[in-house]
Amino acid sequence: MELLKRREAWNITYNHALGETASWFYVQIRDHAKIYGRRCGETGRVLVPPRAFSDQTLEPTTEWVEVGPGGCIETFTMVYEPFQGLPDPPYAFGYVLLDGADTAIGGFFKGIDLADPAKAAKQMALKTRVVTKFAEVRTGDVLDFWFELEAN
Amino acid sequence: MSQSRTNQPRVGIIGIGQSAFKPKRDDASYPDLVREAVVLAMAGSQLEFDDIDAIVYSLSPDAMVGIGNAERLGVDAVGGRNKRFLRINTGGATGISSVAAAYYHIASGASDVVMTAGADKVGECGDSQTVLNKIWDPIYERPLPLGTITMLAMSAVRYAEKYGMSQEDMAAVVVKNRYHASLNANAHLRKTTTVEEVMASRMISWPIKLMDCCPQSSGGGAMILASEKYIKDRNLDAVWITGLGHCSESYYIGDRMGNDFLADHADAFALSRSFERTYKMAGITDPQKQIHVAELYAPFSNTEFHSIEAAGLAKIGTSVAQLKEGRYTIGGEIPVNPSGGTLCTNAIAVTAMIRVAEVALQVWGKAGTHQVKGARVGVASGNGGDHQFFGTMVIEA
Repeated sequence: MELLKRREAWNITYNHALGETASWFYVQIRDHAKIYGRRCGETGRVLVPPRAFSDQTLEPTTEWVEVGPGGCIETFTMVYEPFQGLPDPPYAFGYVLLDGADTAIGGFFKGIDLADPAKAAKQMALKTRVVTKFAEVRTGDVLDFWFELEAN
Repeated sequence: MSQSRTNQPRVGIIGIGQSAFKPKRDDASYPDLVREAVVLAMAGSQLEFDDIDAIVYSLSPDAMVGIGNAERLGVDAVGGRNKRFLRINTGGATGISSVAAAYYHIASGASDVVMTAGADKVGECGDSQTVLNKIWDPIYERPLPLGTITMLAMSAVRYAEKYGMSQEDMAAVVVKNRYHASLNANAHLRKTTTVEEVMASRMISWPIKLMDCCPQSSGGGAMILASEKYIKDRNLDAVWITGLGHCSESYYIGDRMGNDFLADHADAFALSRSFERTYKMAGITDPQKQIHVAELYAPFSNTEFHSIEAAGLAKIGTSVAQLKEGRYTIGGEIPVNPSGGTLCTNAIAVTAMIRVAEVALQVWGKAGTHQVKGARVGVASGNGGDHQFFGTMVIEA
């Protein structure tokens, strides 16, 4: 028998409030091209991205600490498949431990030739040094910064 | 082995229903698919709908099936009118969380007989990775193209660095599970393959290739659980949940790396905690000797290694070599995912329930063509989010 289908698309808009901690963090990135973390007063750990409280001690974090712009790669991946609503492949991203931070932050890796994945993977091996780059026009968003290999 | 190790009465599984999982089920609407599994489970249990006290509805993100609060649409399919009814959602762990919630209804004394059921039609969603990207924090992480594939690709990179795992090693998991799935009429991907074929499949998210990924499946699952007294009074056939546990992990991926991290993104640390709790309850002291079969939630080939290790079926970093030696293949020492596992079938809302159901069928001796000979004690696991929610169970005959 003939089996029918009915097509639907969800297109729903949200305006997510960033709150005080993330707002301050993104204002520094937008206005000064600087990245800050929040220090846990109890353990001294610097959380990047910053949070108002530590997931481990459950105590409020106590001060802002500038981190980076250098750091090292903690993990990465390279995407070669297009996904709806996501960037055109290939692209690379991963997590970086910025100098002075104790937790890693995600970002895109740019300036690496991804044509040969095995070769590119070697260039992004764990602990490879990277440096943070900032967009010329910044809006206060994760995409205001990305990472490039320090050697470049 | 069937004697309870505590003085608590046990909870038994008396009915199991699962669809033959397929890429698409254009012949069945969403509630039709739920109903399909429910009818099979009811027939197995030899009970009537009136005998069911409560329903635990197994449903992961609404956006995947494209119906807001689809448990509303499922309520009639499970015979839910006038009954206790709860919906559970812990992402990929949903199905095992649902079995656990059914267990707790009975263990608390609130109900004698509970059904857990659900279905998914992942293939009806235009792009599941777009939906899954929405599980990340919209402020710090979502603008990155994070999805379930990329998050576990980054876990694979760390695992490979820490313990030594090649892409060929990952392919060996696919070869094993596709072989197992070829024996299981309900599995979605049933074609056997070779390491060469997996290696030749296109790169999706380094180092994960197309054949290292689970499919998007449509199908339903249902299970009926009852109290030990109810089962014995009516002389019903059952297998027993003798241990269960859960453990959660904090949210941000970047907290699982860096300086002084507690859990490495390479490992499934909270999964091992969950298994410790489950084994303690079941009285399992040496899983490598006491466990005969395992259905471990592993949607990408690399994740099977850290799951085997978290289950205590291999020492950390040793599962790669043992898998290649055939230890986890049907006929080997501890078959892992004899159904083909999540890698060959993933209807998200019920995937982790099917892990429990398949272990139950194994220790019951009802697994048919993929039966592990002599299996009497088995384990199941489910993972939800990015290492966020883990659930584990020991099932015994």
